[in-house]
Formats: sequence, structure tokens, C-alpha cells
Amino acid sequence: MTTVSGKQHNRIHPHKFTLWVAMGSILMMFAGLTSAVIVRSNQANWLEFDLPIIFWYSTFVILLSSLTMHLAVRAFKSREMQRYRMLITITVFLGLLFGILQFVGFAYLNNHGVQLLGQGSNPSASFIAIITGLHVLHVLGGVVALLVIFFRAYSSRVKNYNSVPVEIAATYWHFVDILWIYLFIFFNAVH
Amino acid sequence: MSNEATLHANVDVMVPHEIHHGEHHEIHHHHESFISKYVFSQDHKMIGKQFLITGMFWAVLGGLMSVLFRLQLGYPDSTFPWLEDLIGKWGKGGHISAEAYYALVTTHGTVLVFFVLTAGLSGTFANLLIPLQVGARDMASPFMNMLSYWFFFMASVVMLSSIFVETGPFSGGWTAYPPLSALGSASPGSKTGMDLWIIAMALFVVSSLLGGLNYIVTILNMRTKGMSMTRLPLTIWALFFTAVLGVLSFPVLLSGFILLIFDRNFGTSFYLSDIYVNGVGALPNEGGSAILFQHLFWFLGHPEVYIILLPAMGMVSEILATNARKPIFGYMAMVGSLFAIAILAFLVWAHHMFVTGLNPFLGSIFVLLTLLIAVPSAIKVFNWITTLWRGNIRFTPAMLFAIGFVSLFISGGLTGIWLGNSALDIHLHDTYFVIAHFHIVMGVASMFGMFAGIYHWFPKMYGKYLNNNLGYIHFWLTMIGAYLIFWPMHYEGLAGMPRRYYDYSAWESFKQFVELNRFISTVAMIVFAVQLLFLFNFFYSIFKGRKLTTQNPWGSNTLEWTTPINPGHGNWVGEIPEVYRWAYDYGKDGKDFIPQTTPVGADESTDH
Repeated sequence: MTTVSGKQHNRIHPHKFTLWVAMGSILMMFAGLTSAVIVRSNQANWLEFDLPIIFWYSTFVILLSSLTMHLAVRAFKSREMQRYRMLITITVFLGLLFGILQFVGFAYLNNHGVQLLGQGSNPSASFIAIITGLHVLHVLGGVVALLVIFFRAYSSRVKNYNSVPVEIAATYWHFVDILWIYLFIFFNAVH
Repeated sequence: MSNEATLHANVDVMVPHEIHHGEHHEIHHHHESFISKYVFSQDHKMIGKQFLITGMFWAVLGGLMSVLFRLQLGYPDSTFPWLEDLIGKWGKGGHISAEAYYALVTTHGTVLVFFVLTAGLSGTFANLLIPLQVGARDMASPFMNMLSYWFFFMASVVMLSSIFVETGPFSGGWTAYPPLSALGSASPGSKTGMDLWIIAMALFVVSSLLGGLNYIVTILNMRTKGMSMTRLPLTIWALFFTAVLGVLSFPVLLSGFILLIFDRNFGTSFYLSDIYVNGVGALPNEGGSAILFQHLFWFLGHPEVYIILLPAMGMVSEILATNARKPIFGYMAMVGSLFAIAILAFLVWAHHMFVTGLNPFLGSIFVLLTLLIAVPSAIKVFNWITTLWRGNIRFTPAMLFAIGFVSLFISGGLTGIWLGNSALDIHLHDTYFVIAHFHIVMGVASMFGMFAGIYHWFPKMYGKYLNNNLGYIHFWLTMIGAYLIFWPMHYEGLAGMPRRYYDYSAWESFKQFVELNRFISTVAMIVFAVQLLFLFNFFYSIFKGRKLTTQNPWGSNTLEWTTPINPGHGNWVGEIPEVYRWAYDYGKDGKDFIPQTTPVGADESTDH
């Protein structure tokens, strides 16, 4: 090792740090969108409606997935690979379920006279569709990341006990979870 | 994990990290094919050159566009038959059509702001200088860095293709305000041209984010031993704040664009309301707010100004100190003022909206915050001048451009104080005064910073010198030309001459400016031609330039000059040097310069 590395071991792993900055960046996008909601909601012609009850279920699902993700990291660190793979699988399915539930929520709104997109839609509903939709895309990005590390765990060629990728995926997963909690509270406050 | 391990982990993706730990002390050269060395390179120095040359391509194109529309402004009554050969139906009868004029203005703005002065400037020098000056083998993620360039490349291809579609490129101004940008029926350019514009800009945002993430992480995480934050050269501080600004403001622009896409293509009403469009009738949309887009756009748009300007400021600080053979005056004040500018950048966006329907009481707060920027700006100017004062100045072309930057920044900054007042803005908004202000302070000044950077670091990039005499000609003609072009525009603006108009000759009040417009246009063409001289110098010198014989041609303190003349991927042969001092020990204790790698001597004075 060079003389450089001694000091760098004490620093946060560059890839982890990259993720933190990226999360700040993603947060700014949603902050921009939610501020747009605030600006727009203070103007005329703003449709008021209740959020579908199903968003509560999806909130529960994503919270649960954070728990399984957390347990998966612990299993990985204690090298219980069987348990790790099972927990990752559950997390992936919970993530997909979350996405489906969000779309069920959209359908519910559309069927109850709150048109989300297209001509005649009110921005207040379109905002929900776009912000929630973008959030689902970020969750799906997390699902892809989980699938990548999941299949890495099955690779017989390389025995890999480096926990950094798993920890990065977990941090991101908790992030999209917290992001949804924020959005959910925000929407409830605005509507 | 060491720099090397990070570098290798990214080069051979499938190899687990453990293998590399403790085994490779030196950088070993991978087999580099033409593709991996010049095309899909992960070497930050090559990526920097890719950004630079792509930026140059856009600078020529964007500059040529300004020559074309200046032709219209300077010679509205003349016909130029060759125009029809060049741009076809857009130049029918040797006359630039109104649509073409607006498309040229829009594309010139977009290209210069984003593709040249953002990607070409910070993309080039952040990539080249960050690893070299902090003492790292490469960026935190060389792979993401490569993606950053290729996203920029794709954005370039899409933007370029928009010039060739039948309805022409977008023509609603680089700010893309709705309804012109949201309604395909608003103008020819709002059709396919605008779709391509949005796609290109979305790709560009992705490119900027990937790059910015890397810059921040590399600066904070991968500095060599002894390189504390307060020992960083000011270039790195400036590039750091630039990256922070980009990472925090570009996502907001993206969210604005996402809403715009839905308004354009999916019938939503974020920005569109029931306005009446000629030939279309009243729109079915209800309750959209065009101001909303302006808020989202300028929340990026203003920080974007500093994204463009800060790298130039950083490089100028470094070049001034090196060539004045004096320490930079007030290092911590320089860092502090960069920080203050970065913070204020986020708090002033609404000064672009004083007359677009913003609440006047809100406006007064933004006036205060805007004028506050004068404080850190004045600190910087003061420090640059005091750095020069009684310096042992070496007038290299880089130094001339750096001094030129300071001159332009003062001239353009002073008119910023006028424009920052919402009351004065009632008269000055959307006039040539605004054009003059931002072209001098942001456009030309940053271009000068970029030229200074190129002249100064060209030896590091290519191991050759640029031709000095061509450099001097380039500097003086550009410097004089820039003032001759933009100074008169202040008078036109004060007289109330509005920007973005196709033809002023029918306007009684502005007939007095016919000669002046012709003069400006003529100078613009000459200055454009001078830039071709620079391009010749650049490409000629890459191949035939005078070869470098010493590692440190400018007698500079920073780490990049401790690498071999033509550094390979990994920058240093053997270990990365350790740093013992700040970057500005010039003329200390009777020594001309003391590089950062020199340990502090026992008898050394301790003023720093």
C-alpha cells in the first residue's frame, strides 16, 4: 500500500460518498417538484381531493421492505448467504409490490373522478401522478440494483464478501423509503 | 481503500477488490487499444480533452450562428446570396428568415451556455485538474466519468440533429419559457425542434450530474497525504463549488423539464392555461402558470451563471499567482467569497423575473440578496489586483487572458449592480443593456478564463507549447474586439432598444443605431475569425508545437507539474507525492517558488 492509503482507510468509501451526494441531488429534484406544488397550490383553480387509502398500504409495504433490507445487510455481514438471498428476494418483491400498489392508487383516483393526466386534468392531480411516478421509477432503480447484487451472490466464480455494494444498495433503499414518507406526509398536508 | 484500488476496481470490473489490496504498489499499464485510449477512455486527462474538443466544436458552431444573426442585425437591407446556399430555405433570397433568426439566437444561447461554457469549461478543467492537483490517480469513479462524457456526446448529437429537421431547431429563446416551448403550434421551432431540445438537455443534465458527483467525491475523498482542504489550489475550490452548484440545481431544471414534457405531450396544465393562440383558438388547458416554469428554470438558471464563472475565477487565481510570482492575496478570503457566491447563487433566481409578474414585495427581497453578491465579487477583484500589485509579472498569453478576465469581470459586474435593482429593471429589462451585461461578465469573461486555462495547461495536456506570438495576437484582438462589440450595446440598451428583435430598421427611435449595429456586426466577424487563428494554433501545436523539455515550465507549485511530461493513466510513476504546504509559496525567503511537495524547512519563515 502506498502512504496514501493509511489515511484513506479512515475516510468514507468513495462510492458510498458518491451515493450520498447523488441522494442530495435526487432530493433536490423532489424538493423542486414539491416547491412547485406549493407555488401552484396558492393560485386559483386547485382541485382538493383525498388521497386513496391504498397509499397507506403501500407506505406499510415500503417500510417493511426497509426492515427486510436492513436484515439482509446483517445477514450478509455475518455471511449467512442463504438468509441473505431470501431477504433480498423478499425486499425485491416488496419493492415491486409497492410499485403496483402506487399504480392501483392512480387507477382508484382516475375511477373516482380525479383525472391525473391528459386534457381536463387538474395540476393538483397531475402533480401527484408525476411526483409519485418519478418516485416509483427511483424504487425500480433500487430493485435493479438489488437484482444485480443478488445475482452476484450466486456467482460461483468469485467468492465475494465485500459488503460495500450491499451497503450502498441498502442506503439507497432506505433513502427511497424515507423519500416516500416525506412525499406522503407532504401530499396529505397539501390535500 | 487506496486510490489505486479504486482505479483498478473500475478498470477491470469483475475482479473483486480484495485481490488488489496490497498487491499493486505501482500503476501498471493496461493494454490500451485505440478504442480504450482515445474513445471510451476512463483516463480523466483524456476525458478532459474530449470535453475540450467537443466544446470547441460547439464554440465554433455557436459563434458562427452569432455571426449569421449579427449579419441580419448589422445589414438588415442587404442580401447575401451565399446564405441561401448555406442554410437553404432559411436564407431565401439571401436574407435570413425571421424563423431562422430566432432559431439561431436560441441555439446560440443554449449551445454557448451549456455545451461550451459548462461542459467545455468545467468539464475540461475539472477532469484535467482535479485528480492532478489533489494528488489522485484518477476520479473516484472513472467509469461514471466516462459516462459523463458520452452522455454529453449524445446530448450534442441530438442537439445537432435538431438543426437539420424540417421545422428547424427550437426558436423560443434559450430559457424555453412556455407557452412557446409547451405548444407545438406556437411556432415551427416548437415542434420537433423543441422535442429534440428537451431530449438533448435532459441528456446534458445527466452528464452534468455524473460529472459533478465525481468531482465532489474526488475532491473530498481522494486527496493525497498532507493535502488538507486549506492547502488546495483555488482552482480546486472553485471547481468544488461549481460541482456542488450543479449537483443541487440541475435536478430542479430536470423537474421543470419533466413537467414541460407532460404539458407538451400528455395534456396536463402545469404551465399552460386557456390562452388564445392565433390559428388554433383557445386552449383546452386550465389554470396553468407560466411563472412556475420560470421559477424552476431560474433556480437552475442563476446558479448556472456561477457554474460557468467559478471555474474561470479559480483558474485565473491560480494563473495570476503563478505568473505574478507572488502568493495569492487573501487565500481564505478567496475561499470564503467563493462559498458566499455559491450560497447566494441559490437565493437570487427571481431577479430574472422582476417584470414577469413576480410580486413586487418579493422582488425587493431579491434585490437585496442580488446586490449582496457584489460583496464577495468585490473581495475577489480586490484580491486579484493586490496579487498583481508589485508582482514580478510574466506576461504569458495565459497571464494576459487572466488579467483580461479581471478587467471584463469588473466591467460586466458593475452593470450587474444596475440590473439587480428591480426599479431600474423596469426600464432596462430585455434591452441590449442586459445583453451587454451578461455577455461581458459571464460569456466573454468565462471564455477568457477558459483561454487562460488552455494556454496555461496546454503543456500538461499535450507535452507541447502553444505558439506565443499567435497567443498574443489572439489575446489583443479578442480583448479589444470584445469591448468594441459589447460596450456600445450599453448605450443601445439605455436608449431602450429591446433584445430579440429581428429588424430594427422600421423603428424610428432606433434608426440612430443603424451605423452602430453595422459596426458591432463587423467587429463580431473579425473577432470570430481571430478565434479560428487560435484553433489553428491549438491543433497545429498538438502535433508540431515546441516540445516541453522540463516538467514544470511555469515554475509552478501545484502537483500537476510533478508528473512526467506525458503522464500515463495513473498520473505519477511510483508513489503519489506527499504535500507539505499550500500552493502559493512564491517569492518566499528569497526563493522564486517552493512546490507543495517540498517539506517545510527548519529555518523557514512561518507566515503561512
